[in-house]
Amino acid sequence: MTPKPKLKTSAMIASIASEGQRTQAAPFGHALVKLAAERPEIVGMTADLAKYTDLHIFAQVYPERFYQMGMAEQLLMGAAAGLAHEGAMPFVTTYAVFATRRAYDFMHQAIAEDNLNVKIACALPGLTTGYGPSHQAAEDLALMRAMPGMTVIDPCDALEIEQMVPAVADHPGPVYMRLLRGAVPRVLDEYDYRFELGKAKVLRGGRDVLVISSGIMTMRALEVARELQADNVDVAVLHVPTIKPLDTSTILREAGRSGRLVVVAENHTTIGGLGEAIGTALLRAGVTPQFRQIALPDAFLDAGALPTLHDRYGISTRVMANTIKTWIG
Amino acid sequence: MDTSIKEARTTLAEHAYRIRRNALLMGEVQGQGYIGQALDIADVLAVAYCHAMNLKAEDPQWEGRDRFLLSNGHYAIALYAALIEAGTIPQEELETYGSDDSRLPMSGMASYTPGMEMSGGSLGQGLTIAVGRCLGLKRKGSDAFVYTLFSDGELDEGAVWEGLMSAAHWKLDNLIAIVDVNNQQADGPSGEIMAFEPLVEKMEAFGWFTQRVDGNDLDAVLEAFDAARQHPEPKPRMIIADTRMGCGVPFLEAREKNHFIRVDEHEWQLALQALAAGAGRTA
Repeated sequence: MTPKPKLKTSAMIASIASEGQRTQAAPFGHALVKLAAERPEIVGMTADLAKYTDLHIFAQVYPERFYQMGMAEQLLMGAAAGLAHEGAMPFVTTYAVFATRRAYDFMHQAIAEDNLNVKIACALPGLTTGYGPSHQAAEDLALMRAMPGMTVIDPCDALEIEQMVPAVADHPGPVYMRLLRGAVPRVLDEYDYRFELGKAKVLRGGRDVLVISSGIMTMRALEVARELQADNVDVAVLHVPTIKPLDTSTILREAGRSGRLVVVAENHTTIGGLGEAIGTALLRAGVTPQFRQIALPDAFLDAGALPTLHDRYGISTRVMANTIKTWIG
Repeated sequence: MDTSIKEARTTLAEHAYRIRRNALLMGEVQGQGYIGQALDIADVLAVAYCHAMNLKAEDPQWEGRDRFLLSNGHYAIALYAALIEAGTIPQEELETYGSDDSRLPMSGMASYTPGMEMSGGSLGQGLTIAVGRCLGLKRKGSDAFVYTLFSDGELDEGAVWEGLMSAAHWKLDNLIAIVDVNNQQADGPSGEIMAFEPLVEKMEAFGWFTQRVDGNDLDAVLEAFDAARQHPEPKPRMIIADTRMGCGVPFLEAREKNHFIRVDEHEWQLALQALAAGAGRTA
């Protein structure tokens, strides 16, 4: 009798790191603790998800600056607004679904309308859990892009998260940042990269394809570029961590260089995210390269193991590489 | 009765009269406004702005001030009337009420109006923001109070109960919440739209020091505010104010109750006259 194959997990706490990848523990929590030493106005707030957003590290070091608001996201956002009115700089954490879907009006009215200095850091962005639609924030960027005055950031790795924390603190006004938590891959230090708010950066050049990406899809794009080298396909990667405001001039410059297929890759639904933002920017400027999107479908996504789902929806390195190969024939 | 208390009450009655008058004058500018609510809450605002709150009228951003968060943004007409009476907004500015580019928009917004501490209107948010402001004041070691006013209809919103629970959890003894129970919300009588009684028992069970008063009895309101400020327990403070829509203008008070009381063009002057007559003055 053949042994039963081991079932893959659909656990929520799955790391997005691939096997053998270099990782760093809790970059957000540690970066915040470091910054808080110099910035006494920083406070941490969460809605029963400190341990799952790496904010527990801040809470351990600064218990008097940590506010546990209970499982109440509307209260979380309203109270963050109140603390910001009184001069504090709240770093607010929960899961992306709960902030963007449940507490949207509170972010819109209590925080963004008054341009308050609240930094909203949300774990499980896009498809980073196999737990099903209740926890999969496939449309968070679309929702947050639509909010006036909101800065929106989708970091790639641990290095970027480390650099993003002080950068958003220096930026006056509300920020929504996607968060990778736990054992977070560290890849960008191989590319002499430095995060700058509002700036897109070319991580590698390439003649045939330009992948424009944000978040974990930049990590995937870099892997795809390496894989496709074997097939003599030269892939450039332009990383766009700031979704709003969009670095349109860099995007137009890179997408306007003739002859390259432009592929926007995002860990987000095809609707309202980076792909549509870039597509619109290109059309407005009259720049019309061949344009493709790698993104999640407009659907309630399946539950399952993360690698299975990333394959199924085309955002794994393997499937993405194959897709690009078919596009360039 | 102590002469000074007697004087204070007489003065407060004058403040309340002028707050009502200011609100009617603004209503007349636009031919509309939430005048039923403005008249019902005028006594509460008179006590808040002309007695209880620590304010510097000419400096609405003064750090030591007590904060007042208007959750029910459509009561802005009443709050502007009080801010005019308190001296923060010039009297003549009421003529701009609700007009383009006015600092006095129909729904209260923090960025428009001196003394407006939050952007209300999306009902049910004020208490959550008040909780954060109380935490922020405690963090700074400030002894200022945060007042927040919301309506009985807002009790339907789940976020209000998140705020109620957390205020007690955080022992926010610097928070004074006032619920205007006029028993009227957009679609009808509040208690019929969604039963909210017994309110005192609910608030006490949630850990609040709770008082219920006739919100149009100045003496009772005055005592409730003083008691709320002086209460020794480390608890948030709740004043449930039962009010009468249109209070002070008998023909509006008698009108069929509605969220948005209709006042015809010629009636604004009649209302001002009725208000004055009730207060023993000429309009």
